[in-house]
Amino acid sequence: MSRSLIVHRAGPGVTVQDLGRAGYLAFGLSRGGAADQLAIYEGAALLGQSETLAVLELAGMGGEFEASEDMRIALTGGRMRAQIDGEKVAWNASHRLVKGQRLSIGASEAGCYGYLHIGGGIATPEVLGARSGHQAAGIGTPLVSGQRMEIGEDARGETGMTLAPDARFNGGTVRIVKSLQTDFFAPTEIARFEASEFRRDTRGNRMGVRVLPDGQGFISDAGLSVLSEVIVPGDIQITGDGTPFVLLCECQTTGGYPRIGSVLPADLPKVAQAQPGTSLRFSFVSLAQAVDIERREKARRSALRSKVEPLIRDPRFIPDLLSYQLVGGMTAGDEFEKDKT
Amino acid sequence: MSDNWPLIRTAGTDGFLVSFGDSLSETANRAALAFRGALEAVNWEEVEECSTSLVSTYVRFDPLAVDHAALEEKLVALLQTCDWYDAALPKGRRLWRVPTVFGGTAGPQLDEAAKAAGMTTAEAIASISNTRVRVQTIGFAPGMPYLGQLPAAWDIPRQTELTAKVPAAGLCVAIRQLVLFPVSAPTGWRHIGQTALKLFRPDTNEPFLLRPGDEVRFHSVSTEELAGFKGDPNGGASCEVLP
Repeated sequence: MSRSLIVHRAGPGVTVQDLGRAGYLAFGLSRGGAADQLAIYEGAALLGQSETLAVLELAGMGGEFEASEDMRIALTGGRMRAQIDGEKVAWNASHRLVKGQRLSIGASEAGCYGYLHIGGGIATPEVLGARSGHQAAGIGTPLVSGQRMEIGEDARGETGMTLAPDARFNGGTVRIVKSLQTDFFAPTEIARFEASEFRRDTRGNRMGVRVLPDGQGFISDAGLSVLSEVIVPGDIQITGDGTPFVLLCECQTTGGYPRIGSVLPADLPKVAQAQPGTSLRFSFVSLAQAVDIERREKARRSALRSKVEPLIRDPRFIPDLLSYQLVGGMTAGDEFEKDKT
Repeated sequence: MSDNWPLIRTAGTDGFLVSFGDSLSETANRAALAFRGALEAVNWEEVEECSTSLVSTYVRFDPLAVDHAALEEKLVALLQTCDWYDAALPKGRRLWRVPTVFGGTAGPQLDEAAKAAGMTTAEAIASISNTRVRVQTIGFAPGMPYLGQLPAAWDIPRQTELTAKVPAAGLCVAIRQLVLFPVSAPTGWRHIGQTALKLFRPDTNEPFLLRPGDEVRFHSVSTEELAGFKGDPNGGASCEVLP
């Protein structure tokens, strides 16, 4: 294996991800892919490469990595503390990782999922047309210490670029559409749902997250006798005790709990990235508005490449700052002590 | 077609669900499978993926390429081309004969399930193994079939308490349906038997053993016979293409 990323240490939820594996719904396999798909586009823009290349998704905790030869990296999604050979490097930016250097990524400081993109992409073998791990299906396993990840050839060379971070890490209002079972809920329940404030519960993973309302749970008129029906990512199912559960990319393909609405794909990263305790609200938009929002989101994702700009070096991140001649005529500061000895 | 069915509803921002009933029936399941077959055949460019649930056909499409109203119109027009409740099932379906150990440690809840269905254990085995069931849908987990429909006596509810662990390829029953688990899982269905089928094989060219519409018969074998099929991913099952 010539070009590889050596994993010295990995958090428990570091997996290979991409845009997912479409086409197997009929066989019970959901698309999966990155929990925050926008981050995939951001990393692709920063490195000037295809968004179809696979990346590492870091759930809550990063790890320590070493490049077998010089590589380019980009860090996107929920911010984590990142260092190269002990020197802090900027999030939402691209960097050079020289052969032998150690990239160390800590715990999430914002959001739940950070992403490590490598120039050339992670080149693990494809399974059913994609590289993304799908835990519920038993496809792929989280990274372990000592593992080497094969990396594709990188045709580009630029680093030191950044993108203004998108505000999707602090919860807020999530737009939803009515879906096939919204009518199972009385208008008063739907109105109460829309007026409620929710907190992201500690229970959550790539399949979905539980959100706790500030008041009582929600009751559907259909009760629990609903025939199992198709689920799509974004669906908000109301479980037996009335608590909503927002389903994410790795959700099951069918389910029997009634669903009150469905989160727009454009707003799903906001749900996935909400840390436990984060406040969320749900607001219905019309189908026409939803399509319009999706159209704008698609345009925004394709325009990301033109928004990439050189990283202005923050003095805090310049490792050899003290070697720069910043102000003329300074003393060394220790003359007095020297005189005394 | 009745006044209310088929019913077209949106599913999320980029999908339609065409439902042929609100409870499981042989005709509604047949209609959903046949309509999906028709959608695959017309192969509309804006449609990205189709699947079926028990009584519905799901269509995922690109709403930026075609607006909802236009695709709904096309779906309505296609629905009107025939009586889907009486439509022929898609071609290429197969009949699987699956060796199964019923009862004992391989199916610890068989006696209880038989009692709920008002049968002796022997009658229960005969009833299930003599019924040719169809893969009504594959869902929940990759390659996991829901098979039906069993005789009316099998309209027994799911348990309120979960069975802690059904092993992979375990056979379970409730509400006139059988399910097989691709991987070991907790379930509210009663565990009545064991097969040696490998339902999901992500590393092969044929990753899913069963397809929606396939038919299956579970015949009774001994524990020793089933053990002999352990190395066979088809678990000793035979397969023939239905005419």
